[in-house]
Amino acid sequence: MALLKLTSPHAHTAQSTADVMKLVLLATIPGLVALTVFFGWGTIINVFIAAAVALICEASVMGLRKRPVMFYLKDNSALVTAVLLGLALPPLAPWWIPVVGTFFAIVIAKHLYGGLGYNPFNPAMVGYVVLLISFPVQMTAWPAPAPLYPAEIDVPGLWQSLQIVLPFFNEALTGTVSGSIDAYTAATPLDTFKHNTGLLVEQLYKKDPLFNQGSWAGIGWEWANFAFLAGGCFLLYRRVFTWHAPVAMLVSLTLCAALFYDGGSSSSHGSPLLHLLSGGTMLGAFFIVTDPVTSATSNKGRLIYGALIGILIFIIRSWGSYPDAVAFAVLLMNFAAPLIDNYTLPRTYGHKKSRKATEKKDEGP
Amino acid sequence: MFELIAQHPIPAALVALGGLAIIFGAVLGFAAIKFKVEGDPIVEQIDSLLPQTQCGQCGYPGCRPYAEAIANGDTINKCPPGGQTTINAIADLLDVEAPTLDEEHGEESDTRTVAYIREDECIGCTKCIQACPVDAILGAAKQMHTVIVSECTGCDLCLEPCPVDCIDMLPVEKGLADWKWNLPPSAEEQIKALRPGDIIASDQDSGDQAA
Amino acid sequence: MRKVWDLIGGVHPPENKHQSVQESIGTLPLPEKLVIPLNQHIGAPPKLLVSAGDIVLKGQPLAEPKGMVSVGVHAPTSGQISEISDYPIPHPSGMSARCVTLIPDGKDEWIEHKGTDNFRDKTPEELLDIIRSSGISGLGGAGFASAVKLSTRQPISTLIINATECEPYITADDMLMQERPEAIVEGIKILSYILGEPDEILIGIEDNKPQAYEILESYLEGTNIELVEFSTRYPSGGEKQLIQILTGKEVPNGGLPADIGIVCQNVGTTHAIQRAIVHGEPLFSRVTTVTGKACSTNRNYQTLIGTPISHLLEYNGFDQSQCSRLVMGGPMMGLTLENPEIPVIKTTNCILAPTEDELPTPPPAQPCIRCGMCAEACPASLLPQQLFWYAQSQNYERLEAHNLFDCIECGACSYVCPSNIPLVQYYRASKGEIRKLAAEKVNADRARQRFEFQKARKEKEEAAKAAKREARKKAAEQARAKAANTRTSTEVSPAATGATAKSSAADDIIKAAMARAEAKKASPEEQRAKLERGVVRAESHLETVEQRLQDLDSEATDKQREQAQAAIEDARLRLEDAQSKLKAAPEPKPDKAKEVMAKVQASPKEALEKKIATLKDRINVTEEKIAEAEDDALKAALQKGLEKQQEKLRDAEQQLTEAPAESTTAISETEDAAATAIAKAQAKAAAQASMSDEEKLRANVTSLQTRLKKAQERLIVAEEEGSNHIDALRTGVEKLQAKLNSAETELSELS
Ligand code: SF4
Ligand code: SF4
Ligand code: SF4
Repeated sequence: MALLKLTSPHAHTAQSTADVMKLVLLATIPGLVALTVFFGWGTIINVFIAAAVALICEASVMGLRKRPVMFYLKDNSALVTAVLLGLALPPLAPWWIPVVGTFFAIVIAKHLYGGLGYNPFNPAMVGYVVLLISFPVQMTAWPAPAPLYPAEIDVPGLWQSLQIVLPFFNEALTGTVSGSIDAYTAATPLDTFKHNTGLLVEQLYKKDPLFNQGSWAGIGWEWANFAFLAGGCFLLYRRVFTWHAPVAMLVSLTLCAALFYDGGSSSSHGSPLLHLLSGGTMLGAFFIVTDPVTSATSNKGRLIYGALIGILIFIIRSWGSYPDAVAFAVLLMNFAAPLIDNYTLPRTYGHKKSRKATEKKDEGP
Repeated sequence: MFELIAQHPIPAALVALGGLAIIFGAVLGFAAIKFKVEGDPIVEQIDSLLPQTQCGQCGYPGCRPYAEAIANGDTINKCPPGGQTTINAIADLLDVEAPTLDEEHGEESDTRTVAYIREDECIGCTKCIQACPVDAILGAAKQMHTVIVSECTGCDLCLEPCPVDCIDMLPVEKGLADWKWNLPPSAEEQIKALRPGDIIASDQDSGDQAA
Repeated sequence: MRKVWDLIGGVHPPENKHQSVQESIGTLPLPEKLVIPLNQHIGAPPKLLVSAGDIVLKGQPLAEPKGMVSVGVHAPTSGQISEISDYPIPHPSGMSARCVTLIPDGKDEWIEHKGTDNFRDKTPEELLDIIRSSGISGLGGAGFASAVKLSTRQPISTLIINATECEPYITADDMLMQERPEAIVEGIKILSYILGEPDEILIGIEDNKPQAYEILESYLEGTNIELVEFSTRYPSGGEKQLIQILTGKEVPNGGLPADIGIVCQNVGTTHAIQRAIVHGEPLFSRVTTVTGKACSTNRNYQTLIGTPISHLLEYNGFDQSQCSRLVMGGPMMGLTLENPEIPVIKTTNCILAPTEDELPTPPPAQPCIRCGMCAEACPASLLPQQLFWYAQSQNYERLEAHNLFDCIECGACSYVCPSNIPLVQYYRASKGEIRKLAAEKVNADRARQRFEFQKARKEKEEAAKAAKREARKKAAEQARAKAANTRTSTEVSPAATGATAKSSAADDIIKAAMARAEAKKASPEEQRAKLERGVVRAESHLETVEQRLQDLDSEATDKQREQAQAAIEDARLRLEDAQSKLKAAPEPKPDKAKEVMAKVQASPKEALEKKIATLKDRINVTEEKIAEAEDDALKAALQKGLEKQQEKLRDAEQQLTEAPAESTTAISETEDAAATAIAKAQAKAAAQASMSDEEKLRANVTSLQTRLKKAQERLIVAEEEGSNHIDALRTGVEKLQAKLNSAETELSELS
């Protein structure tokens, strides 16, 4: 065997980028399961459509860029983007919603910026925001959690869900126009709070079935969030990312919510628990904010980055016109990440203080 | 006051705009004085980027005149010894698109050369001394001449005047001391270097890339 | 228990140490030859003491240190030096360097040597001398001269013995501690004595060497040496990292451990120092681990420096077909060897011959996903992903702002990188590039200085010449008035003179050449006047120089020094000018009056004599100045000036002897040269217009043709005169002919 000439180190960990991505995918499973249990098959259908489109887009872009297609497909990064987007979309959204979203995420947000590692914005969130702005009706129609279905309507099964999601398919098959999703939709906990005008928080919790059947932040939602939290803890345990950004985000969100809780008056923006366990909080904290490519680089930077996202989420949720805010907050902070990086270089061994990234050289090699 | 404004909206708006313009103008003017960047004059900066070979290939008698010419608007791609790196650096400094080297002035070469005088053939005519832009040649009339290698910029201006053609441009020898690592090849290059079959095989069985 | 600090970052690769600790340290039969590289360490190469064919004895110095940070080498056994040549050495470049090849005679005969029974009888300085002359350099890392490290001026409060051996696979220090604890402890005592008994002596050891720990501990009873164990984590054995773990202090950026009162030595080095001092044995062998699955036996050996690695491998059942790469050192920082004949050197702690399964070839790198695992692993708290990013885009400014030069190249970042990016190579390449650019910058700055200096000098010269010409014109007019239209004058037009002073350097050259050519054609009378003025000018200039030197004496600032140098240089050039004029003076044009010629011929002699006298004076003055000057740089500058003056003097003297014998050819040659210079300069200016390749070639051919013609003419003249340059001129003509031929063929190929 010819002797190789290589740079040290000669040993490597067995973990590859593809493995890291696989871990992330694995960690989404509890969340996926919870969403499916409470909101039906819609999420799984979303995820599958998004994944298929992502792989096709990735492969064709790589082909167009004349790169080795299989080598890049293997890194699983497109799958992660697709799955995260699929999880964030409302279940039972029409089929073209995940298709358009994924296309935007992969082709525009990722590859137009240079591909994996070069994209300044989180692709899944770009896809999500594009959809939310373009198709607000479809994007805000969340089905009710299964336990809250009126007695006369059945929770749609897999077949029925497919019919809702793929109406043309259904028409071609049966010749009938399939039922609209409208029958199943209901307000989310955050919507409820936004539109609450007259009730004290306590009254609201008593009156609204969403809350009186749940424990903390609305039935279904709280469990989905717990599931994502579990997945996140698994990733933390496997050291896929550091605790800094998610913890900072959750802490700052909690603090903001506590500050504006307002003792549960009728104009309250909701308790910290509500904010932590509803909407996309945990999905955002552990799967979006931790996206390494688009977040700040150093641990110090990630603390700031996470904390600012938490604050932004609270601000947009409370005073913005959109019900949830994770995507907007993350994209805004993606903008700011390079700036944060500039001022948060860690202190290097043997140096008195940390430097700035843009500092001109003051000492020779 | 408020009524006055309400009654004359257009003059009021004009006054407000004018006022704003004055205020901002003052602030900007103040800032321009206060935060003035005391940089080197542009010629100095350009000159410091040129390779200082002083070869005249750019059409100017030395690097500094060329730097002055650039500052006066000449194109920046006339210096072959500096090559693309220098062009890029100057383009960066002047914030313009980096052109490629103007081949009319010569080609970029990767190997640095220095002049050597074959000393037993030198007749001591001192012509090369006069030609050398950096006084890197040592000698006196009718004495053997020699090049101070560490000072020679490799401009080869001394070649032509030599009546007996005893000056050679020899590449500088690379020793252990100058050796350095190269940047690793890109993934694409690495993949191309492998046989295409390898990738496909390893796609199916990513655990074993031993082949 | 002593408090230990945590290593920042770090990784824990599989240790793989058990394989090579099963057997004791072995010895191998003598190899057929030993190849001993002269320079095995950082610093200047040592001075060779032997030559090919010499018979040497074991322990005999082969090379002695030259300068401070230099280390000698010694013969590891007795035998004959077969050659001293360039041979591949362990270096990442795979390049060769000077090595001594020794053919052992098998007798292993010692040179006379003597140890020290009680090292406390000697002064620390004497001990340091022994260490220096025993060729001891660090056996663990970069191989820095130990004596230099130990002879620190700062007070040392802590001596740290590095027994971490944090790299996987390597067990050389481990086995040394297990088998020779006594020697190591004695070595530590010697070090402590040399360093003036520091308050604290710590041995840092990782917790994966329990046997070594126990054995060493039993020998430490009753001493003030403390054995400190901490958890195994790479790279705890890096000097800076170990200091941080044991003391919590950080070596300041750009500083040395001694700056914070710490000296760190490797156990292996400590052992070598003990051998050198107690047994008088220079460093010519070390313990080396031979390991890896491609070797059937994994074991440590007492190896002679210079043993070819193939010899070690051969005795350990090395299977070349299994081995994908040969590593000298550990898997984290070792370097790959392309050639198994490369010799063992003082820093070779391990030869690792892994199979492909053991250390697989890294797959192509994937894009960086900025996961930050590298930053978590980096012991220097750098941001490897940012460094990588900027290294890729070759943004050197940012790299330095991100403290690239604090990277210790430990490889922890590459080790954890899930995208398999060879990060360390990026850093090494960038560091190399930055260093190269810095060196180039220094060179460019120097070239700029020299160029500007030359320009200023030429301008001054030109101005002086113009003034002189003006004066000459006046004188000539007067002469003409007197001589009443007897002959036509060939003066330079005043307009040209005025323009010359202002024009840029290139024009200067052309004009100077023109002026010179004109001067050659000027009448002997004018020449005479010029010569006289030249002498006057040289004298007055001498005064100026002296004045400047005086100034320099009073306040010797940098600027002054520069001025003084400039003045000297100037004086030199003006004198040179005067010389050339003097040389040109006896121009025997047939239509000139004979008496004038006689005068002219007499005058250069006088002038030369006068010049010699002034030069001698100047030399005396300069010598005095040198004697007085205190500043080294100033002294050097003056010395340089002095040398130049002396040379000038010699020249002048020689010219004096030659002066009357000046031949006609010389003049016609100079005249010719001036014309050529003008033609060339003009041609060059013309050639600046755009040219296609073909045009360029054609121009080249024409220029070569003219050059050839001229050279041939010169040759003919020289042949007629029987000049002693004939041979040189002839080869010149031949060469030009050859060049012309090749250019012509190229041209014909092109068109
Ligand atoms: S071409 Fe020669 S003289 Fe002109 S700038 Fe470049 S190095 Fe200097
Ligand atoms: S470990 Fe590798 S992939 Fe991760 S940030 Fe560092 S360089 Fe990038
Ligand atoms: S090689 Fe350099 S950047 Fe990488 S971990 Fe080691 S010190 Fe840090």
